[in-house]
Amino acid sequence: MLLAVHGLTKWFGSVKAVRGIDFGVAKGEIVAHVGPNGAGKTTCFNIVAGAMRPSAGTVRLDGIDVTNQPPEEMAARGLARTFQIMRPMAGMTVLENALIGPLARGLAMADARGEAYRALERAGLEDKAESPAGLLTLPERKMLELARALSTAPRLLLLDEVMASLRPAEADRIVALLQDLRAEGLTILLIEHVMRVVMSLADRIVVMHHGEKIAEGTPADIAANRTVIDNYLGRRGAQ
Amino acid sequence: MVRRERKRTGRPRGVVAATAFFCALFLVPHLLDDAWVAVLTLVLFFAFVGQAWNLMMGHVGLLSLGHALFLGIGGYTTAVLLQDYGMTPWIGIPAGALVAAMVGAGIAWLGFRFSVRGVYFALLTIAFAEFFRILFSNWPLIGGTGGYFLRVVPEDNVPLLSLRGGADHFYYLFFVLFLVGLIVSARLVRGRIGMFWSAIREDEDAARALGVRSFRLKVLVVAVSAAMTACGGGAFALMNGSLFPNTLMGMQMSIQIILAPIIGGLGTLFGPFVGAVFVVLVLEFSRDLGQTAGVYGLSTLIYGLTVLGVILYMPEGIWPRLVRLAQPLRRDR
Repeated sequence: MLLAVHGLTKWFGSVKAVRGIDFGVAKGEIVAHVGPNGAGKTTCFNIVAGAMRPSAGTVRLDGIDVTNQPPEEMAARGLARTFQIMRPMAGMTVLENALIGPLARGLAMADARGEAYRALERAGLEDKAESPAGLLTLPERKMLELARALSTAPRLLLLDEVMASLRPAEADRIVALLQDLRAEGLTILLIEHVMRVVMSLADRIVVMHHGEKIAEGTPADIAANRTVIDNYLGRRGAQ
Repeated sequence: MVRRERKRTGRPRGVVAATAFFCALFLVPHLLDDAWVAVLTLVLFFAFVGQAWNLMMGHVGLLSLGHALFLGIGGYTTAVLLQDYGMTPWIGIPAGALVAAMVGAGIAWLGFRFSVRGVYFALLTIAFAEFFRILFSNWPLIGGTGGYFLRVVPEDNVPLLSLRGGADHFYYLFFVLFLVGLIVSARLVRGRIGMFWSAIREDEDAARALGVRSFRLKVLVVAVSAAMTACGGGAFALMNGSLFPNTLMGMQMSIQIILAPIIGGLGTLFGPFVGAVFVVLVLEFSRDLGQTAGVYGLSTLIYGLTVLGVILYMPEGIWPRLVRLAQPLRRDR
């Protein structure tokens, strides 16, 4: 397992947002976390990415305990993430946004620019390289989140609802990109509400509800799972 | 893959303008009388310390409202080493910068260690500045509130060794400081560290997720800014010959320091200078006007209203506005 999470628990005051979750992601795999809003998916994500400390539980990356490591340390270990609420560095150009990751990896400026361009090209943003990131449209911002994450040359990519509020054609572009990335050996953990996307992309699906894992399996397993249908998908979604 | 360099339209014009500007500044003591030289020395002083403060606020988004603290540390260290220990300011000023950098790094470490952000960080800087001001005010060795006075410059003074001298000497001292400050800032801001600083200013969480080690980079900028400000304080102390905690390290001085870069343009390299010209000239002009009219407090009123006007009509600062007017001169960032 590239990523192994055990007994992850998070209290917010007296609210238990995540209740002892176990899950793993194998190398080269795409795993999707699904579940209704408030199920604890983003909290899990933030803990794995180092943006939040768990109340209990461990996170292992490549067998090494990385629980409580800060986000910059997780980035250095090859973990990249996107934010659910997009966070372009609005006062900087698109290129500069994609330049931070390579520079933080220690690349020289010229090499870093090359890497940044490659990341932008993958996301189809190379024509926007010089425009201020604050002027991008919503789908472009989503792509910038992706480009920025890719610019860090990650081993594990965490995507928090990158398809949300995109039109089907735009979402399909991202699906194609993610499939390419998987073919190159990148491991991906994603949170997604668009079931069409999840079903076509994920090798495994983890279903969360009220901070607990209520099901796990292949897309086919999940689509047939009674508990999941009752709690999340509904009758129509399963068909 | 097509690699595009940033467009540098009108770069030769920019270089010509910059060269002319620095030549003009260099020639000031030869062209203008002592009164003007003194005024422009003050401009350079505020441009320099404004640049130092702007590194923190303009480039990393850290608001310090206690920069007079570093001015005081630099000033007192330089003065005491000179007077009580016979050390040349060539040692005293760097020593002051070092002490200030350590104090600044200490404050930054404390603040960022406990995730003090935004206005709360600003409050922390005020608290430390006031703490040190009161400490210095009650420290008999350095004269307390009564002040610390440098002996008169001896007859056989060599300005290049003692760094003390006449009006022209201090003009050039601050001219060099300003120039060095500008170059250091430009190199830092336009290089790798500057990219990280901008990323932290824009969105610290996103920057950290990309691997930016924000903690040490923030401590670094506070240390650099404090050290630069302390150099300004050391030279300022030599020029004035006297130091008082309440004026050198007071809240009013902290505000005075931040006015020039705010008015000139936050996060720009030339904003602090433009702002300093404006602030100092308006101050001088309003003082003259107030004296001529003989109305007590009129100068402060004019000063306040003018500053208010600029902030209202050019909220992004004078320098960005000038740059836009002078298009297609290159953009400064």
